[in-house]
Amino acid sequence: MPIEIKMPALSPTMEEGTLAKWLVKEGDTVKSGDLLAEIETDKATMEFEAVDEGTIGQILIAEGTDNVKVGTVIATINGDDEAAPAPKAAPKAETPKAEAAPAAAPKAAPADAKPALATSAAPPASSGGERVKASPLARRIAAEKSIDLAALTGTGPNGRIIRADVEGAKGGAAAAPAPAAGTSAPAAAPPASKPASVPDIPHEATKLSNVRKVIARRLTESKQTVPHIYLTVDIRLDALLKLRGDLNKALESRGVKLSVNDLIIKALAASLIQVPKCNVMFTPDQLISFSRADISVAVSTPSGLITPIIADAANKGLAAISTEMKDLATRARDNKLKPEEYMGGTASLSNMGMYGIKQFEAVINPPQGMIMAIGAGEKRPYIVDDALGVATVMSATGSFDHRAIDGADGAELMQAFKALVESPLGMLA
Amino acid sequence: MADTFDLIVLGSGPGGYVAAIRAAQLGLRTAIVERENLGGICLNWGCIPTKALLRSAEIYHYMQHATDYGLVAEKISADIDAVVKRSRGVAKQLNQGVTHLMKKNKITVFMGDGKLTGKGKLSVTAADGKVSELAAANIIVATGARARDLPFAKADGKRIWTYRHAMVPAEMPSKLLVIGSGAIGIEFASFYNDMGAEVTVVEMLDRVVPVEDADVSTFLEKALKKQGMTIMTGAGVDKLDVTASGVKAAIKGKDGKVTTSEFSHVIVAIGIVPNTENIGLEALGVKTERGHIVTDPTCKTNVDGIYAIGDVTAPPWLAHKASHEGVIAVEAIAGKHPHAMDVRNIPGCTYCHPQIASVGLTEARAKEAGYAVKVGNFPFIGNGKAIALGESEGFIKTVFDAKTGELLGAHMIGAEVTELIQGYTIGKTLETTEAELMETVFPHPTLSEMMHESVLAAYGRTLHM
Repeated sequence: MPIEIKMPALSPTMEEGTLAKWLVKEGDTVKSGDLLAEIETDKATMEFEAVDEGTIGQILIAEGTDNVKVGTVIATINGDDEAAPAPKAAPKAETPKAEAAPAAAPKAAPADAKPALATSAAPPASSGGERVKASPLARRIAAEKSIDLAALTGTGPNGRIIRADVEGAKGGAAAAPAPAAGTSAPAAAPPASKPASVPDIPHEATKLSNVRKVIARRLTESKQTVPHIYLTVDIRLDALLKLRGDLNKALESRGVKLSVNDLIIKALAASLIQVPKCNVMFTPDQLISFSRADISVAVSTPSGLITPIIADAANKGLAAISTEMKDLATRARDNKLKPEEYMGGTASLSNMGMYGIKQFEAVINPPQGMIMAIGAGEKRPYIVDDALGVATVMSATGSFDHRAIDGADGAELMQAFKALVESPLGMLA
Repeated sequence: MADTFDLIVLGSGPGGYVAAIRAAQLGLRTAIVERENLGGICLNWGCIPTKALLRSAEIYHYMQHATDYGLVAEKISADIDAVVKRSRGVAKQLNQGVTHLMKKNKITVFMGDGKLTGKGKLSVTAADGKVSELAAANIIVATGARARDLPFAKADGKRIWTYRHAMVPAEMPSKLLVIGSGAIGIEFASFYNDMGAEVTVVEMLDRVVPVEDADVSTFLEKALKKQGMTIMTGAGVDKLDVTASGVKAAIKGKDGKVTTSEFSHVIVAIGIVPNTENIGLEALGVKTERGHIVTDPTCKTNVDGIYAIGDVTAPPWLAHKASHEGVIAVEAIAGKHPHAMDVRNIPGCTYCHPQIASVGLTEARAKEAGYAVKVGNFPFIGNGKAIALGESEGFIKTVFDAKTGELLGAHMIGAEVTELIQGYTIGKTLETTEAELMETVFPHPTLSEMMHESVLAAYGRTLHM
């Protein structure tokens, strides 16, 4: 019996992905742990490794194919003594077989590919976190009209999306390709918006990457459904810069060099712990208050924005934060982050200081309750002890989900953040 | 000083008493006002006691057909008085059940005629003339309805009956005329036919049980005729004359010809009239339409603080619709944002022989509404359990929207279908498509397998036909 290789679920929410590249060809001999292909999920490109041994029989899905549903048979592996099998007409969607034996993947597996396989053991729907609750009829109508269910608000029991919610929503772009043969809901459909007709100006059209589609969907959802309030403070940086200089001298021997941003990550986490009313998540019927501050740090990559997470940043040493951040940023630029490294987080940090941006307002990264936008530190005229002097000052603007966080609570957080940055020894204690 | 409550419910039928219980669950201080029997018409004079009567008729029918099952039953006869006595006993038991539920939920019961005397005010006049003044921020009107009389002949309870007289007959009718073939008319026709009366049914519209799917009407008419009933559709009764020995009825047939026949008794079942008079609605300006109180999706009337549920409001006039509205109204009052009811998801059951049950759109209504439909039909004769039961008459029909697979309606006639319809109702409420129904495993051997087959049939996939 040839063994079917199915599109794996590389993250708990993955429903489909792009088969970016085959790393094997028909006739290749593979053993368990060998890399088979690169799969592009909604956020990252991941390597997919073999669980079984044998010869690659047929490659059924060509590389570069988009929207390959999880469970679709993408290739077959023949055991040692088998002839190539007859081609399969219609690959059936089933739970990936890979899940049956994740434990069997031997030590040969590269360390960072292992967790990916482990997560594929859980069927997407059972992860609970981001499952879209919708009636079968609503799912079917949404699929036909290319409506992204995740962008809708359900009015049925417990927020379930029902027919009326879908019928009330605008269909996807008329020109958008119909979803592949199946009728299940599209996972990463573009946000529902009317296609603007492209003006007759010389141009180049680039297909949206999955990352770009997710960014578009999530930011649209955030601005449309989350009422933002913005609170800005000016913060003196002199003490923090001095502390950084002293610490870096001391850490030089260990090869660690703290950036201003590393200290700001720590300051934001510490202020969220001090003001827990801002370390929250809004859900339709509950307010979730987190007792740990996990900071999502916005990193710009060639394919788009991604937000790797420094977990429990308030309780981490600055050197640890710095080392971890460097590693995450590097891998983010190479599209090599694991889903658990960028999914989650209780609040976000976006720093545009290096571009000389004086001050800006960031868009909240749902379901988080706040994001801190950091402007450039610059020398400004500043009143010190009733006399005009010069100080290094930056402007920081917090965007808060006003459904969950009152203005006064947001202000309290900004105050705590300012105090920590201006008296940075406070965050070391 | 008026007794003050959070909520007063006027009327204790299946709408009112359920509303009161839900209110008590939500912590509202609740009073309920009833002029006659706790439980209202439904369990004292309607749904429940008729089911008791029909059960006797059904067993009688089986006894008469005992040989079909290899059994011998001799000297079989019916004692109408004992049958009625049993029915009254069942009603009494449930009435006491409601009394207990009120007590358990600490709901204050006021027996007497209730009347709204102002916003949030209601007075109750007991049988002994004692008046209680009550006050509450919210009042739910659940006064129900009564049988509609013929314009030319009032029911006298002797020869001309409403459902209420038909439930406690002083004597067994020998030759019965039933005017109207809705659920009430057909159930009594079926009961008295099984009990041995010679029954004629006159229906103004062109088919019996006109709210049901046309296929169900056709099937029922044939079945009733086979049982010996005379069915006259497209016909009307012009005149009733009570004589010493019975009632002379002038019936205008489909062809326009009027024939006069004599019957021992007549049951008038031509619809209902809402009980909206003398309860103070006019003075408060509560809006009505054709006598029925107009409400919004949360059962609120146009007057703040006054809600209305059940038969006193818009159709369908069914006990379970009233109960559900009671819950919706109370939850709205308690600030709970209940979901509005979708009338297409309210099932209807008629306990004639054979039984009828349905939910959603009929095939014809679905087409009128512009749907391209997929229709599946599966007969009882194709079902093993039905044959084993000796009940191989009937069918189950399922209507889908061809475009989306939405379950639009289901229509059944045959043994025990009233117990089957909930399956489709759950499916409709959950917004299933044909796919989920096809993938559901139905237990074997049961009548419910016909639902599965009917769904499969709509897509050309029937297994057992």
